[in-house]
Amino acid sequence: MTNHSNPRRAAIKALSAAGAMAALGRPLAALAQSKLTVGVIYVGPKDDYGYNQAHAEAAAMLKKMPGVTVVEEEKVPETVDVQNTMLSMIKQDHATLLFPTSFGYFDPHILKVAATNPNVRFAHCGGMWTEGKHPKNVGSFFGYIDECQYLNGVVAGHASKSKKIGFIAAKPIPQVLRNINAFTLGAQSVDPSITTRVIFTGEWSMPVKEAEATNSLLDQGVDVVTCHVDGPKVVVETAEKRGAFTCGYHASQAKLAPKGYLTGAEWNWITPYTNLVTAAQTGKPHINFLRGGLKEGFVKMSAYGPGATPKARAMADDVKGKMVKGEFIIFKGGLKDNKGAVVIPAGKTLTQTDLELEKMNYLVAGVVGSIPG
Amino acid sequence: MSESVVDLAAPPAGITSVPEAEEADRSKGVASEPLTGEPLVGALIADTGGIGAAVAVPAAPGFVMPDALKRSAEALFWPLASLLVTMILFSLMIALLGKSPIDLFRLIYVGAFADAFAWQNTLQRAAPIILTALCVALPAQAGLVVIGGEGAVVLGGLVAAMVPGALGASPVINLVAMALCAMVAGGIWIGLVGYLRHSRGVNETISSLLMAYIAMAVFNHLVEGMLRDPASLNKPSTKPIGDANMLGNIPGIDVHWGLSYGVIYCLVLFLVLRFTTTGYAIRIAGGNVRAARLAGLPVGRLIIGSCFFGGAAAGLAGMAEVAAVHGSANASLAAGYGYAGILVSFIARHNPVAVVPVAILIGGIGAAGGLLQRRMGLPDATMLVLQGMLFMIILTAETMYGRLKIFRPAGA
Repeated sequence: MTNHSNPRRAAIKALSAAGAMAALGRPLAALAQSKLTVGVIYVGPKDDYGYNQAHAEAAAMLKKMPGVTVVEEEKVPETVDVQNTMLSMIKQDHATLLFPTSFGYFDPHILKVAATNPNVRFAHCGGMWTEGKHPKNVGSFFGYIDECQYLNGVVAGHASKSKKIGFIAAKPIPQVLRNINAFTLGAQSVDPSITTRVIFTGEWSMPVKEAEATNSLLDQGVDVVTCHVDGPKVVVETAEKRGAFTCGYHASQAKLAPKGYLTGAEWNWITPYTNLVTAAQTGKPHINFLRGGLKEGFVKMSAYGPGATPKARAMADDVKGKMVKGEFIIFKGGLKDNKGAVVIPAGKTLTQTDLELEKMNYLVAGVVGSIPG
Repeated sequence: MSESVVDLAAPPAGITSVPEAEEADRSKGVASEPLTGEPLVGALIADTGGIGAAVAVPAAPGFVMPDALKRSAEALFWPLASLLVTMILFSLMIALLGKSPIDLFRLIYVGAFADAFAWQNTLQRAAPIILTALCVALPAQAGLVVIGGEGAVVLGGLVAAMVPGALGASPVINLVAMALCAMVAGGIWIGLVGYLRHSRGVNETISSLLMAYIAMAVFNHLVEGMLRDPASLNKPSTKPIGDANMLGNIPGIDVHWGLSYGVIYCLVLFLVLRFTTTGYAIRIAGGNVRAARLAGLPVGRLIIGSCFFGGAAAGLAGMAEVAAVHGSANASLAAGYGYAGILVSFIARHNPVAVVPVAILIGGIGAAGGLLQRRMGLPDATMLVLQGMLFMIILTAETMYGRLKIFRPAGA
């Protein structure tokens, strides 16, 4: 298609290239001073269609930033292994900014390595860093993905005919409960009679149990499922095989379910990654506490699949617009749990940044299931 | 004491001789039927991985030494040959992927053994698997294939994490109590497997594996329920044991004391198996349980006891993980050390002393794995393939013992 011999086109190309160079000139000069090696560590495989892939996608984008070299290591367990991987990246690859992405890497592993390497920056994913308690060369970033799970719920609420939707959850920890609740509230905003059936598998990655749980939910009449496990691949594939709808999580699983994939809650880690890398390159202090939702671009929605009706899309886009403006509140006063107790008193609103939400220990009314343990 | 050894080595007519029993052990792991064939002289030396090279056994002394040397040489030859074959096959695979095998082995060396940091990395990874390998090796000496060490690791770790809170003593006493309690917990768990095997005839391979699943379920239930530290929100853990109760590093190297536990445990087991009548009796029971019974050995106690002390080693590994690394018990404890130990023990042919270098080799492969990912862009599974190849080839080599003429005893 391209005609290289056309002199006019060549001239235009050269001009635009020169323009681009000029535009980039200044930042490039500033960045060139600091060559930065960034280490990214994953707890599972990089291509898991889930938690690790979401990070690996951001790492792949980091590689394109000027002056940045990225070294990666996958399937590193939360043991002394990760300490050694961090040390190895620092000593053998000369990395000065590390992204140890698994939640369980923080305490004690990152803290231990950070103490003996004060010149290295550690950016942990998960939101554990506390002012005064943890060192300044450590920080954590996280995203308010329950916003996306709420939107998943809205689309699921429109798609469900049986008015029963399902959630396959790993462990009953606050982050997971918050997603189950947001998903349920999103669906109930469409039809208050919708109920969510939840199954806890007990492990972050247990494909066999996840497949069993999906089948069991579908057998109970559930027709839309989503999940919060490390790799949603099996859940999405199982549901697709049985002709049910799915909402994704962590990364896009649209490829795995061309028919049933409605939309999905995805991380957009490149936003915090860029902030943290830029701070390191320009010698600004390490960002210790970094959070954001749809508004800040920390999370995003998958493109709608064929099962998402125009009505569902319109409503979800409307809510999303409000979220981006910071006008939408998911957890409002008068909220009851599924045992009938009021968990948020009437008149109280919990905005996204409210730390109370990070201690969530209940399932809202309409969720069928209980917190084990 | 040594009298009984002599008596046992010369069994009554019609009963399998001890060396034959040992033959069976080495080829099948669990042996109940005698194999035909090899002569008695040199008996114990033989096998279970060349544990001893000069056992005093009544025989013509002139023939013992050369045969002993042959056996030892054979015990070294096959593992090294297996390693070499693995390296050649693996090189071919890497070459087919379009990467340089030379780079690969250079990186393995750099990542695992080239400098102080690499050694520390390797030894830290080896520390827990030395202990978990003993959970396979010791029962194997008694003729059992136990593969459920992971259960003893998590339970040992859990019990250890509870001790400082319950005891509240000074750090040294706390640590000693943690180690003992963890050993008892792990010991009982695997001891149960031995009991089921001995008294009810339950296959110990299956039962130990299933027991590991039960242990994990119990562990998760308690850590996420009753024993959960309310402050551990998104990663359920038990209460921290406190910095004062943490296990430090061995002076001079940045590796925790857990490594020395493993090495000492290996040495003690070696001495017991090699120099005591109990050790000898365990190996007889392992070689041929019926012969052992006929000889009047307390087979039940021997089997359950070796399972207990094997499980105790794995429990101790769990304690070291909690006390030296994690500071509390949580799901990270189930990192597969129990399963890695199976590989180590089999490669070491269940010889406690050989366990140490083999664990260091496997630890080194793990340490180098990261570098291969980062420098050569190879996936993590590369190292699993290498380990798998090594394991298969070493198991295949097991069948080669006694087949090469140069290693045959002179009397054969």
